[in-house]
Amino acid sequence: MSRLPIRARVATTLGGAAGKMSRLTGRGDGSVIGGVVGLRVAPDLLRQLATGRQIVLVTGTNGKTTTTRLVTAAIGSLGQEVASNAFGANMESGLVSALSGAPDAPYAVLEVDERYLPSMIRATSARVVVLLNLSRDQMDRAAEIWLVARRWREAFAAAPDVRVVANADDPLVAWAAGSAGRVVWVAAGQRWHEDSWCCPQCGAHLRRDELGWRCGECGLSRPPARWVLDGDSVIDAAGTVSELHLSLPGRANRSNAVMALAVAGLFGADVDQALPSLRDVVSVAGRYTTVQRRGRELRLLLAKNPAGWLEAFDVLEPNPCPVLLAVNAQVPDGKDTSWLWDVDYRVLRGRHVLVAGERRIDLAVRLEADEVPFDLVETVDEAVDAVPPGGLDVIANYTAFQQIRVTLGRTA
Amino acid sequence: MTVPNSGHFPVNGHEPQVEPGDMLWAADAPIAVGMMRNDATDYASEYTEPTGKRERAGPSALRLIWIYPDLLSTYGDRGNLIMLTRRARLRGLRVEPIQVNSDQPVPRQGDIYLLGGGEDLPQVLAAQRLRASGGLSSAASDGAVIFAVCAGYQLIGTVFGGAQGEPVEGLGILDVSSGRGDQRGVGEVLADVDPRLSVDRLTGFENHQGVTRLGQGARPLARVVLGVGNGDGTEGAYADRVLGTYLHGPALVRNPGLADLLLSWAAGPLAPLADKDEIWARRLRTERLAAVPA
Repeated sequence: MSRLPIRARVATTLGGAAGKMSRLTGRGDGSVIGGVVGLRVAPDLLRQLATGRQIVLVTGTNGKTTTTRLVTAAIGSLGQEVASNAFGANMESGLVSALSGAPDAPYAVLEVDERYLPSMIRATSARVVVLLNLSRDQMDRAAEIWLVARRWREAFAAAPDVRVVANADDPLVAWAAGSAGRVVWVAAGQRWHEDSWCCPQCGAHLRRDELGWRCGECGLSRPPARWVLDGDSVIDAAGTVSELHLSLPGRANRSNAVMALAVAGLFGADVDQALPSLRDVVSVAGRYTTVQRRGRELRLLLAKNPAGWLEAFDVLEPNPCPVLLAVNAQVPDGKDTSWLWDVDYRVLRGRHVLVAGERRIDLAVRLEADEVPFDLVETVDEAVDAVPPGGLDVIANYTAFQQIRVTLGRTA
Repeated sequence: MTVPNSGHFPVNGHEPQVEPGDMLWAADAPIAVGMMRNDATDYASEYTEPTGKRERAGPSALRLIWIYPDLLSTYGDRGNLIMLTRRARLRGLRVEPIQVNSDQPVPRQGDIYLLGGGEDLPQVLAAQRLRASGGLSSAASDGAVIFAVCAGYQLIGTVFGGAQGEPVEGLGILDVSSGRGDQRGVGEVLADVDPRLSVDRLTGFENHQGVTRLGQGARPLARVVLGVGNGDGTEGAYADRVLGTYLHGPALVRNPGLADLLLSWAAGPLAPLADKDEIWARRLRTERLAAVPA
């Protein structure tokens, strides 16, 4: 901290006080307000706080918070402190709070909103940028994803020293990363194809086979990967195969873990060293948490967009485990529920499906069209009472998820 | 279907008469059917999917053609195909939903063509490929029903704004011209439909930066009560059986009357649906109409 200029020191102190106040008064977790106050005092604060540290930025449409946590754990296996915005506060103020909260940490792993990646690369002089995936997200406030990919590409062309760890299986990501000086390609998989039918470079229809994707027109193709996710195993850059055996469920998290291991490799932590710390991660900001409620075991899954719902369905307990779906359309969720029609709900046929949230009628119409019978409920407790003792999987979008966590108490 | 791409319905020509919704998805296959049209082996494996009940819907089926979901499907556009299919089948009509990607020729013999929204670059590509294919324009001159949303609405007009706002030639199927406005219109829309069409007030969501002017050959679909629409107080446009709107994504979900209008243009007068099949759609309409200031 002492290496910071006086103005920056004042700014971080005031910001820290504001964050503490926010937590004490119960207004928030303090991860945003502290940064906001600090930036008011010293607009250049992020650059100053980042100076002299090894900064990793993590971005993409889905898996940012979880992957940030996994990368933090993996780099943490080196035995030094790692700063991180662990709770998803992924704009400039959140990054400032994370760095000022750990002034002596030599490493920082920071989740970044995909739209802000170019400016955050400049502000932090990041060493490593992790690109997970790009797919449609709340479009009433998010930018169009081809545009996002183009901005990324321009940012990497302007920062040739940045090491990029990128998912080679996502064509938009691969095209965006293609302008970077050095890329570690990871075959992390891609389940959601609806936003990458066409070549991001020339627009021709992409062809896909077991070897990946390629454009018949311009020749853009899936880059050869140095790291590979293969079932429940990771194949590292040296070709060594290791079983992942994560605590976090689902294919998407195995994919996130392989990305994290590739990053750790850049910092000198091999798979044997980093993997045990990844296995220790059991929940991330409430996601995947299991909560006991009146004799039922609720498992909380967050899904914010069509690709996220696909991943959530992937980790559902086998039928007959009932499932509660909750959808809101507040500003953080996107005020437009059109995306419900991009999700294929037919996989839920045969289950007991309960529907809640502020936009449950939108969901009801959607499920009816997919011939998935459902029961409408007002609250999570009504859903709990409607199912037999045992498991209940809960899939909710952003604010619906937060509301359910509040109902269940901060244990969740 | 071992000879790919030989007929007018190269994509899903073997589409079955199955449960509503079933064929609207590219199954669980990671690859859309159309992508493999040069690969007979892949066609064979597609054919052997566990859907033994497959059979042709037959020439009397209503052919719903979803144009270029690989380019024009940004946000729930599939919902319009699902709703039309559902409302037709509930009336006992046979329906053949067909998905045509941008590397495939557009069949001319469809009954209803659907075009969705898209980002700037895909919109320009879609317009180029549709012009090259010619199928949609031929179908339009043969009197097919066309329902176009947002970017799709713009590109069936004479001209629209490209990625940098530059004018791009449209298909000229509908006499409207579009450019780029000063700010994005994002939010709920209410609009009162031209009384000639006998459709209830429209409710939907818009998300676009387009400004559209109607020529002599098109009538406004509706008058804006809330929202932006075309930018001059009107919303959407129609002429004969071609209808475009800025209500994006699954516009027909909240406006079953509009869905039935399109179906009746293609299939003649329709019987009303049973109340039990309308409950949720009505509740949604009521809720959305009450949720915004009118």
